[in-house]
Amino acid sequence: MPDKKIPILELNAISQAYDSQLVVKDLSLILEAGEIGCLLGASGCGKTTVLRTIAGFEPLLEGEIRIAGEVVSCYNELLPPAKRRIGMVFQDYALFPHLTIFDNVAFGLRGTGRVELLRRTNEALELVGLYAEHKKYPHEISGGQQQRVALARAIAPRPALLLMDEPFSNLDVSLRERLSMEVRDILKENGTTALFVTHNQHEAFAVADRIGVMAGGEILQWDSAHDLYHRPVSTKVARFVGEGEMIAGLISSAGEITTGLGCLRGHLNDSRPIGSAVQLLVRPEDIVHDDESPLKAEVLRRSFRGANILYHLLLQNGERVQALVPSHCDHQPGEQIGIQPDVRHLVTFPVPG
Amino acid sequence: MPIPRSHNAGALMRGSGRRFRWPSGWQWLVMLVALLVLMPLSVLFIAWLEPAWDIWRHLQQTVLSRLLFNTFKLVVGVSLGALLLGVGLAWLTGACDFPGRRHFSWTLLLPLAMPTYVLAFVFLGLFDFSGPVQTQLRIWFGPGIRLPEMRSAGGVILVMSLALYPYIYLLARNAFRTQGKRALEAAQSLGCSPVVGFFRVVLPMARPWIAGGTALVLMEALADFGAVSIFNYDTFTTAIYKAWFGFFSLPAAAQLSSLLVVLVFGLILIEQQLRKRMRFAQSRLAPQAERIQLYGWHKWAATAACSLVLGVAFLLPTLQLLRWTLGIFHQEFTRRYLDLLGHSLLLGLSAALLIVTLALLVAYCGRRHQDRLTGSLIRISTLGYALPGTVLAVGIFIPLAGLDNLLIDLARSLFGIEMKPLLQGTLFVMLLAYLIRFMAAGFKSIDSAMHRVTTNIDEASRLMGLRGLRLLWRIHLPMLRGGIFTALTLVFVDVMKEMPITLMTRPFGWDTLAVKIYELTSEGEWERAAMPSLTLLLSGLLPIVLLMRGTDD
Repeated sequence: MPDKKIPILELNAISQAYDSQLVVKDLSLILEAGEIGCLLGASGCGKTTVLRTIAGFEPLLEGEIRIAGEVVSCYNELLPPAKRRIGMVFQDYALFPHLTIFDNVAFGLRGTGRVELLRRTNEALELVGLYAEHKKYPHEISGGQQQRVALARAIAPRPALLLMDEPFSNLDVSLRERLSMEVRDILKENGTTALFVTHNQHEAFAVADRIGVMAGGEILQWDSAHDLYHRPVSTKVARFVGEGEMIAGLISSAGEITTGLGCLRGHLNDSRPIGSAVQLLVRPEDIVHDDESPLKAEVLRRSFRGANILYHLLLQNGERVQALVPSHCDHQPGEQIGIQPDVRHLVTFPVPG
Repeated sequence: MPIPRSHNAGALMRGSGRRFRWPSGWQWLVMLVALLVLMPLSVLFIAWLEPAWDIWRHLQQTVLSRLLFNTFKLVVGVSLGALLLGVGLAWLTGACDFPGRRHFSWTLLLPLAMPTYVLAFVFLGLFDFSGPVQTQLRIWFGPGIRLPEMRSAGGVILVMSLALYPYIYLLARNAFRTQGKRALEAAQSLGCSPVVGFFRVVLPMARPWIAGGTALVLMEALADFGAVSIFNYDTFTTAIYKAWFGFFSLPAAAQLSSLLVVLVFGLILIEQQLRKRMRFAQSRLAPQAERIQLYGWHKWAATAACSLVLGVAFLLPTLQLLRWTLGIFHQEFTRRYLDLLGHSLLLGLSAALLIVTLALLVAYCGRRHQDRLTGSLIRISTLGYALPGTVLAVGIFIPLAGLDNLLIDLARSLFGIEMKPLLQGTLFVMLLAYLIRFMAAGFKSIDSAMHRVTTNIDEASRLMGLRGLRLLWRIHLPMLRGGIFTALTLVFVDVMKEMPITLMTRPFGWDTLAVKIYELTSEGEWERAAMPSLTLLLSGLLPIVLLMRGTDD
């Protein structure tokens, strides 16, 4: 055993272009064994291209890709996809319609010997809970089951790395949530290292250990879900992940910021000198509804979410914030309601311009 | 033809135990058409009641084994050749991208416009020892150079593969189109090299479509009469013709025909099984799947392959036809030619009108009665497309001649009148044969248009006060117009190109373009056969334009 742990996936400053248009720029990331990573971004941000490049379907313009320490892609050199020890779950699953579920899952196991093939196929089918369906054809099972077959097929050959391209986007919303948790359990139980891409942050939060927020072919931040949400490194990330508004503030003393919501104290990670003007991120759960509070705001819009109502509020100084309030506190647009700031993490950004 | 089943499917059959429902007028009509199709079939098998042993003995001593072996060679060779061309080209234009791909994806269908017998004689003219190709080669490389003999089994197989590959191409291309590059990528992510992936995933996924197209090619190859007679390559169809017009033995012709029918229906059974599988094996992949981008020499090789096939199967023959035609135009474009053209057009048009009218009625019946009885009657009515023209000609002629003789006898014994045959040698025989053979061509396009007129549309129209004839006139006809037009065109062109039925059952003086081509080519007059061929080629382009409208991407 090498004493230094070798990461399963290593992207070193990779760039990728289509028709001289740069779609991935200088992108790096590391995935350790057993970790589940996610690239999160709007469509067209280059996340799928990264995945396809790792799989070996696209050549690389610059940088290098290592899987388990071995260089698989670098400029002008490409290990064929079949030799990379990767598994892939495609967005449309790409199950082979002419093969049974069993044969689909066993597809990648050819050459392992009959006994081994049988054992590992059944094992993979058990893992995704579809052993009972193994004689059926893909069109005879539901979308959620097809998704799990695709997963079983990809992990049956025990790839070093599993790639998943928008794995839940073809499912309806209720199924999506259940299945994303199931998939995480399956991957963790199996100890699979995986990287997937999605445009849906709930999926990213539910499944991934580490998430890279992507825009314009770059990773803006590579972090855990908690840190992305509570310690975004830029306004772009802050806006993309979760909800909330930016309000103006002034660092009035160490760990204290004066804003339209009053003087806020909390954990401040800003080394700018006292007196600096900053932007402060206020998440909806940072604003608490309190009828007694002297601080009032006008309800602009409301959207009912069952347990909560998300209010869009107008502060006295003309700035806007959002508040997530238990839904029994029912207010209509135009009403003035009392609010109280409860900001734990003071997330600040420099004032633009 | 898939017939939609309603919830009361088979009510007529099931209910028969308790309550027999008398068929409606619509169903009687479809039954009549079905009987028309069954008539020639049963006649052929009944012919075995008086076997023509002397002719069989003669056939057996001389040609029977060669006949069987020739047919076998032809069918195997043509299906292999058409498979290679059809599948290869379909994969290139369906799943890959390379320079010219858009143009090739439809121009590669053009050989469909060329009747096999036209391609056959053009190839003989082009590649014979005295033809332009060998002459040019001798000029370049000296007198010693010789191409393999075109008038051979290999030659027929080459010509028919080039003429028939589009049937496989058309179906397989749709299959590859929906596959895109995803299937191959999935195989690669599971450890297959691209070549292994092609054979383990890409081809098997398209297998039902490929096999369906191959069945069509096989049927065409078995039914072909023109091309094989031009090549003097004896098969069942030419033997049937010779039995009738050479030995003047209709029973022998009928018995040979029945053997061919057995072969063809075996194929139909296989094809229908595959069609069922096709419906189930529809992949869930996106309909507009991404293509495999070909790079470097691969993409130019793809362009070259498509150009080569298109050139050899269509461009070169067309140019040669043009050249010949220009050479003889002033002496061949006469009153006589216009007569031939007029016959072809008249026959094509009247057959098209007759068939489309009946097809409309049959399709309407299928819409009103969605039970099992009507379903099977319709399936029988459209079975005639599988009957080779030579077989059909024999099967139609025998019962009609019998009917004629019966009438003559009756007239003589009852009224003492000497009657002339009523039906033999009239257009009626020919039109009946066309009707049976091309019913399916008309029915398919009308039926698919009919499926677009859903019951919801009927109900929506009724809510707005439209019913009865006005519903038919204002809603149904406009919606069916496209389908009717397609059906008319398809039948018209099929009849124009049809050779054996016309040749064997035409009334005296009713020569058509196709018959003229047969006569001229049997005397080796390639140049003079070029002008009618070019006319047929032009008309054959019509349905391809229609086909194109449906398949552009």
